Amino acid sequence: MDQKVLKRLVESISKSVNSFKKSEIECFIRIFHNVVGRGDVKLANVGLDRNTFRVILHSIFGMTDDVLMNRVFFAFDKDNDNYINVKEWVKGLSVFLRGTFEEKLKFCFEVYYFNGDGYISRERIYDMLKNSLHQQSPEEETDEGIRELVDIALKKMDYDNDGRISFADFEKAVKEDRLLLEVFGPCLPDAKVQWQQRIGLGEIFKDLKRNPC
Amino acid sequence: METSGTTVKSEEVDKNGEPLLYLSVPQIKIRSFGQLSRMLYIAKNMKLKEAQACIEANRNPVAKILGLDYNIISEEIGNSFVSNILDKITKDDDSESEIKMKIALQLKQLDLHLLNHSLKHISLEIRLNPGTVKNDIELLKQFSGKGKQTVLESIEYTSDYEFSNGCRAPPWRQIKGEICYVLVKPHDAETLCVTCSKEGVFLNGGKTDDEGQINYERKGEIYKDLVTLLKEKSAIFSENMSKQEIKFSEQPQKDQPNEAPKEEVAITHKASVTSRKSTQEKNRINLGRSQLTKRLEPSLNWRTSVSSKESRNTLRDTQVEKHGGKLEKSRSSVSPGRAQLIRKSVEKIEEIISDSSSESEEDEEQPDHRQEANADLPSEYWQIQKLVKYLKGGNQTATVIALCSMKDFNLAQETCQLAIRDVGGLEVLINLLETDEVKCKIGSLKILKEISHNPQIRRNIVDLGGLPVMVNILDSPHKSLKCLAAETIANVAKFRRARRVVRRHGGITKLVALLDCGKHSGEPAQSSLYETRDVEVARCGALALWSCSKSYANKEAIRKAGGIPLLARLLKTSHENMLIPVVGTLQECASEENYRAAIKAERIIENLVKNLNSENEQLQEHCAMAIYQCAEDEETRDLVRLHGGLKPLASLLNNTDNKERLAAVTGAIWKCSISKENVTKFREYKAIETLVGLLTDQPEEVLVNVVGALGECCQEHENRVIIRRCGGIQPLVNLLVGINQALLVNVTKAVGACAVEPESMMIIDRLDGVRLLWSLLKNPHPDVKASAAWALCPCIQNAKDAGEMVRSFVGGLELVVNLLKSDNKEVLASVCAVITNIAKDQENLAVITDHGVVPLLSKLANTNNDKLRRHLAETISRCCMWGRNRVAFGEHKAVAPLVRYLKSNDTNVHRATAQALYQLSEDADNCVTMHENGAVKTSFSKYQPMVCVITKPCEHGSRAIGNYIENIRHPGDKSKSFADHNKTVT
Repeated sequence: MDQKVLKRLVESISKSVNSFKKSEIECFIRIFHNVVGRGDVKLANVGLDRNTFRVILHSIFGMTDDVLMNRVFFAFDKDNDNYINVKEWVKGLSVFLRGTFEEKLKFCFEVYYFNGDGYISRERIYDMLKNSLHQQSPEEETDEGIRELVDIALKKMDYDNDGRISFADFEKAVKEDRLLLEVFGPCLPDAKVQWQQRIGLGEIFKDLKRNPC
Repeated sequence: METSGTTVKSEEVDKNGEPLLYLSVPQIKIRSFGQLSRMLYIAKNMKLKEAQACIEANRNPVAKILGLDYNIISEEIGNSFVSNILDKITKDDDSESEIKMKIALQLKQLDLHLLNHSLKHISLEIRLNPGTVKNDIELLKQFSGKGKQTVLESIEYTSDYEFSNGCRAPPWRQIKGEICYVLVKPHDAETLCVTCSKEGVFLNGGKTDDEGQINYERKGEIYKDLVTLLKEKSAIFSENMSKQEIKFSEQPQKDQPNEAPKEEVAITHKASVTSRKSTQEKNRINLGRSQLTKRLEPSLNWRTSVSSKESRNTLRDTQVEKHGGKLEKSRSSVSPGRAQLIRKSVEKIEEIISDSSSESEEDEEQPDHRQEANADLPSEYWQIQKLVKYLKGGNQTATVIALCSMKDFNLAQETCQLAIRDVGGLEVLINLLETDEVKCKIGSLKILKEISHNPQIRRNIVDLGGLPVMVNILDSPHKSLKCLAAETIANVAKFRRARRVVRRHGGITKLVALLDCGKHSGEPAQSSLYETRDVEVARCGALALWSCSKSYANKEAIRKAGGIPLLARLLKTSHENMLIPVVGTLQECASEENYRAAIKAERIIENLVKNLNSENEQLQEHCAMAIYQCAEDEETRDLVRLHGGLKPLASLLNNTDNKERLAAVTGAIWKCSISKENVTKFREYKAIETLVGLLTDQPEEVLVNVVGALGECCQEHENRVIIRRCGGIQPLVNLLVGINQALLVNVTKAVGACAVEPESMMIIDRLDGVRLLWSLLKNPHPDVKASAAWALCPCIQNAKDAGEMVRSFVGGLELVVNLLKSDNKEVLASVCAVITNIAKDQENLAVITDHGVVPLLSKLANTNNDKLRRHLAETISRCCMWGRNRVAFGEHKAVAPLVRYLKSNDTNVHRATAQALYQLSEDADNCVTMHENGAVKTSFSKYQPMVCVITKPCEHGSRAIGNYIENIRHPGDKSKSFADHNKTVT
């Protein structure tokens, strides 16, 4: 890859991303480059497609829920072109790994309300929670159980009692109890990764083939 | 028989021509059973000896009789060998080996018969061993409790500690064959203190009141086992026991083993009882179990059926059930190891039961507040039950939602705490701790932390094995997890068993390691989501250690884990939240000598003093408490002064609203005022006046310390004046009527110190203080007696008309004289001092002489205690002044031991003894005794330098020596050597 291009890219990204050092940004760009696997194409024009991204989420960040992985993809993909370009990649990772509490709060809310009107509705919660009970009782009973769980979650978080969760509701609830940040399913790197990134960012991607860092 | 010289041969010979009997002194050889029986017949009375010698000489008779082939048979029980030989017999058609075979089999049968026979005998006289005793006690434990059906109210070991050999008696008693001591409370009798020894079971002298010692002496017959003894002592026991036995016999005994292996015979009786009882137990358990399962699905039925008593037992039942299961298992396996299995499971039971017995000593078992039978369950109950369902059946997401929602309930409320437990939530919460999900663990711990404020829940958590899991979490890399785990441990470890579990699982070391967290200050700027600060980790660690430090072994463990320097470092911070648990831990640990040394060495006092100036009352309290504990040590007292700790202490006296703090502060002042310099400071700060003001309307804990402090201050004239001026004497005298021992000891000391001032004495006398002091001589506690007696001395010295006053106490003199029968050295010394003062009055001396003071004093003369010696000698010299007491002391052999006092190293003893000997030497016989005991020699050879010492401070003393030597010489002209000695002195 052209060093000059890379350098310019790092410079431009580092203006909008404060939580990574330049060397780290460079590292992420290299990873992106490797994953995309097409060194010849100009970086600005290519991106990770949904499947590749999901593989990364699964193998590196330990996510398992398909629905949520898709949503995380869309949360990364700010311009909604179904590809994550290099800027979105670095920006997304910065929230993912080094985000402040507020950033993560916003990120999670985005993941959960996904493409909606700025509220997490009862139906959406149901969709997200429908796999959260182990199938042991008959279908209807499980269904009933999930409905009740949705009620519990709403009771807990819907402060203005309008039957849906606004960002204000979400923020208030999570600030009161941080455990609620990923209330409707894991959408942030799991705790193990959080721990590893203390040691060094490269450590996280060590499983990745041809890790350039 | 052929006789030739020293040999005798039989005429019968075997087929090889060898004689069947061949006697050649000292040996005898016999080759047939016929000759053998004849020989034994001849031996007559010596039959047994002969047979014994015969067997001893022939170690392997079977092989000798039948040939080596058959040797195997005797050792191998396996039939294959027998059949081998049978094969051989049929093949060879050899009649000889057939006979041999028959003999071999017969011998074997005889062998078996003999063994069985002797076993029958042995099993009758089998002695008790720790295993069987334990077995018995455990069984009785299971059948004891409240209610009429049980056989006993309670049965407890006196000691929790069990030696590796299964005994609980202290080693020096084990030598005597004693196994353990048990306190048994039958329904219809007083508590019995029973010794189980190898010889049998008997009543001992019971627990003595002080120090919980056992009077080991045997007080009754020896019974063959505990049950027999109890049947004898308690009618209800024997009645209920027989009922139980009937019930047992109704049980189908399908599993009774017939082929009981030999080694089990000895314990067969016990073992079968065990199995029968366990069957019974099991039935009871099943009952409890069905209720337990019902409870998980509450129904109308459940509400009416559950009674508080049943549910109370369920937890215990489930425990027992496990063991029931074990017993069941061991019963089904019929193997020689069976007995061992049973014993093992009994040990398990024992472990649990001994635990629960120890815990009841500390936090008393609270009545279980389950929902009343007919009361409607609160709505929270149903909601919590629903949430627990999600905890059980949900994935991480559902679990976190349920946990967060559960936290919204008022977890400080007992209804919710118990609801969580009753729907099985505790198990799930603890299980969650063992998963890998950090969020679930955090959520679970947050709930456990809150509900563990409830003592019952604490117990349940420990019973469910929650503590080891939490201890493991302390190793987690997540700080917030560590914090929560430590905080929960802090709550749970409020009772002894829990603290022990924490220690046994290495929790103390890990908690101490948490204290170290603050060191790595290179904390990343933005801590990750669920993380907290290092300081917080250390705080939580200290909090948990504080709870744990209430057990002695944990204090040791904290010290060994290097906790003291870490605590010392944390003490330098300024966060109150941190300081309170740190100081709390230190204060708790300062009860141990080596902690106090370490506290001094680590310069902790300085920081304790600094924190006395804090705003936080709790912190002040703990600091003062720690100083109170440490200030027993003189150097520490000086340190407190040097770091300016006395002033804050004095000023804290003015705030009397917080009684706990006041108690701690006054305690610190008391201990600090043992040093004179500190007292001077306190006077400067006007603390003495304030202390006098605290003599009224305060709780006893405060009063003890206030009076103690005043007692120390009173050692100086100036302070005594202050106390009198402030009107302190009246409240002090008023306190003489209390019942608190510690308080009485301090009050008497303070009053005694005041009485040194004649002016104060007048007030005391007017308030009838002397009479009150005198009546304290009747107090059962020796410390109070002694202290009261010491206080009486200055009273008698300084009272006007002391003699008249003393006589006015009806029976007072007799009481004092009788105290000479005490066996407490301090009491004796103090009473001697009182008598010395009483005897100054001739009339009183006459009275006490009539009460037999002389023989009582003489009896005490043989003592090594210098304090007693001194006061005894003084009393004797004073008592010599009356009638023929001098002669009487001689007659009661008081003189010779008194002479030996001169060998003591204590000047005061010498002075007093010299005076006593002087008084005694006025009687000629006494002089002879003294001389015989080498008084002169001792007094010169060993005493010579002392004479010089005494001359200076006490003219009287040296004159006494001179005088007594004068007297001893007069009748004792016999000794030349003595005269020489005398010359050297003069």
